[in-house]
Amino acid sequence: MSAWLVVSPILVPLATAALCALAWGRVPLQRIISLAGSVTLFVCGALLLAHVGANGITAAQMSDWPAPFGITLVADHLAAVMVLIAAVMAVAVAIYAFGDIAPERERFGFHPVFQTLMVGVCGSFITGDLFNLYVWFEVMLISSFMLLALGGTREQIDGAIKYAALNLIATASFLMAVALLYGLTGTLNMADLALRLREVEQTGVVTTVAVLFIIAFGMKAAVFPLFFWLPASYHTPAIPVQAIFAGLLTKVGVYALLRTFTLIFVGDTAWTHGLMLWIAGLTMLAGVLGSLAVTDLRRAFSWQVVAHIGYMIMGLALYTPLAIAGAVFYLVHDIVVKTNLFLGAGLARRLTGHDDLRSMGGLFKATPLLAVVMFVPLASLAGFPPLSGFWSKLVLLQASLEKEAYVIAAVSLIVGLLTMWLVGRIWAELFWKAHPVADPQGTAAIAPGTRFALVAPLVLLSAMTVAIGLFAEPVMQVAAAAATELMDPAPYIEAVLGKGEPPPTAVVGLEPAEVRP
Amino acid sequence: MMHSLILQTATRMLIALMLVFALFILWRGHNEPGGGFIGGLIAAVAFALHGLAFGAKEMRKLLIADPRTIIAAGLATAVVSGLFALFKDGGPLPFMTGAWYITYTETGEKGFAIGTPVLFDVGVFLVVVGGIVAMVQSLMEEH
Amino acid sequence: MEIVMAFVIGIMVAGSVYLLLSRNLLRVLFGVILLSNAVNLVILTVGGLTLGLPPLIGPEAKVLEAPYSNPLPQALILTAIVIGFGLLSFALVLVYRGYQELGTLDSDRMRVAEPCDPAEMPAPVGEPAKTREAA
Repeated sequence: MSAWLVVSPILVPLATAALCALAWGRVPLQRIISLAGSVTLFVCGALLLAHVGANGITAAQMSDWPAPFGITLVADHLAAVMVLIAAVMAVAVAIYAFGDIAPERERFGFHPVFQTLMVGVCGSFITGDLFNLYVWFEVMLISSFMLLALGGTREQIDGAIKYAALNLIATASFLMAVALLYGLTGTLNMADLALRLREVEQTGVVTTVAVLFIIAFGMKAAVFPLFFWLPASYHTPAIPVQAIFAGLLTKVGVYALLRTFTLIFVGDTAWTHGLMLWIAGLTMLAGVLGSLAVTDLRRAFSWQVVAHIGYMIMGLALYTPLAIAGAVFYLVHDIVVKTNLFLGAGLARRLTGHDDLRSMGGLFKATPLLAVVMFVPLASLAGFPPLSGFWSKLVLLQASLEKEAYVIAAVSLIVGLLTMWLVGRIWAELFWKAHPVADPQGTAAIAPGTRFALVAPLVLLSAMTVAIGLFAEPVMQVAAAAATELMDPAPYIEAVLGKGEPPPTAVVGLEPAEVRP
Repeated sequence: MMHSLILQTATRMLIALMLVFALFILWRGHNEPGGGFIGGLIAAVAFALHGLAFGAKEMRKLLIADPRTIIAAGLATAVVSGLFALFKDGGPLPFMTGAWYITYTETGEKGFAIGTPVLFDVGVFLVVVGGIVAMVQSLMEEH
Repeated sequence: MEIVMAFVIGIMVAGSVYLLLSRNLLRVLFGVILLSNAVNLVILTVGGLTLGLPPLIGPEAKVLEAPYSNPLPQALILTAIVIGFGLLSFALVLVYRGYQELGTLDSDRMRVAEPCDPAEMPAPVGEPAKTREAA
């Protein structure tokens, strides 16, 4: 039965998407199906995490084809945590969509496409096969194209074009890297790759392929210098779409980096992970400086998405158990906070009627309670104790000091300080400053049903941020368990391939000499 | 659309042939080269030809259901084909494991056999038909 | 044969990079198409260029007969082509919509999402009118 639990993160949103599409034209029904599917996904994610916690890494061979010939799905702590947290975001966004999504966007299929996006996201987390990962990335990409262009305003088309162009190139380089890796080893199963790549003698070629993977996943994760598509596009679509993009999409890139650069490409860590340390520092700096340079609230948050990707890459680049645990903790924290911030920015826009900080204000007077709810993700972004952002930054800082990587430690502190400046500015402009033109109405002005849908996800996610901060120990334990599994790939490989000798390679084309004419 | 009598007459005759051929290719994929994807493409071309000859409205009528509903139905069919493994003898097997219904002749030889891969192929067929017709339809309606 | 393929792929990638560096979005799109085709050739080449029978098990046989070509790269390429077809047709429609909505194909002049000072806006290169005929 465990095999079905492992496949459920793909199956549930896929079935939900199909049901939503079957209910085409009946928007209220679609909303309910979408919410029910997201809740079911959450339950499956929780069960999966509990199962992995109790039984260790669980693999499922699709169609009962043994690895490495079939497609293997693998759930370890990292994958299960990511599925769970993605499901929470799906629930939050599905609720928010009840209150804030234009009717014509809903009629053109917001809900089925949103659930298809979740199929791609969860599939990427759960797969144990590199080509299958490519397929899930594509599922994610094509549904994100549709969500980004849904509604078709000029701003959206502009953003979507830039998003599409860079992501198509990233896709091509990912596929090229997969092809070269297949040529080197004759397999695409990640556990099998981990074994076979150790035997490959041309380490130079392996490192080249590894760098191609850094480029491909780095583009998806929006790291320096390949991040320009993100601030150009993320602020353009509907608010729920922005929130789910900011929360999940770049993190799938980070997840893919975490997976491949702890399992497969560990032969030349001095070079590959050293390169990533540079990327991490520059990503942080570029992101935070960009966020300080713009006055549009949502664009500032888009730049912050870039900045905080840097922290996670830093954890991976340091490549110690503590640093990887810090990166996993940071992933969990950042997904919640970023989704929350974009949902909050959407609500602030509705209340003040503008996106530009210079034309916003007066929210503290209008809705003091909302200000408190919004303070949580902002403070967590800056890393105020005892919120989740503080602990995740603290763990990473400790790891970098242990590894005597003082430069990156200094950079992360400076970026934290600059983020605090940004948060102070947003707080002063959005909440304390009087609104320049009008007196903004509080949330009381919104119709009750809509109000609940808009505020409930904010409260839910803020409560989560506080909870992760106050009960950091259990979260850290799960992160540490995930880091242990990542640092020692032997149990992962055993879970996929079973014990004993690896099976013979299935490739026939690699020994072609005698069949040539 | 083109107002061409020759195309319209030829399409009327061709479309039935093409649809039957598409179904044949779908069925042939069971044991030999063929299958849902290529069969779906042939069927979609048949519908596109009809659209070219008689216009997008007529094509939509011919299709009976909305192309997006067809995509959804195909997706659902493909998912359901994987669920059969749950109820197979020998406990729940992993997702997508093939389940077969096989008849045997009196002499014990294998006769007629049908299994979940066919159902999956039908799902693929529907998704391809729906997807391509939806694309063609939206491009045709623009002009 | 592999050497020839390597050169062919190299030339295709070089051509696609040249196109990708253009400011005209239609050329960028063509660059992406060329790149994805080059990648498909990479998969074909690394899978081994063999002259063999189609990898099909005959009605009487139980296993494949010896000189058969590697089926996996073909499956991978087929998947990649199908996915690429979907993505690229979507991208083409997107670029077309972009031309309709924004009135230009010059990526430097697309500043709706990230507004800048009109004085800093680069001068039109006079290409969009021509590319429309080309499209």
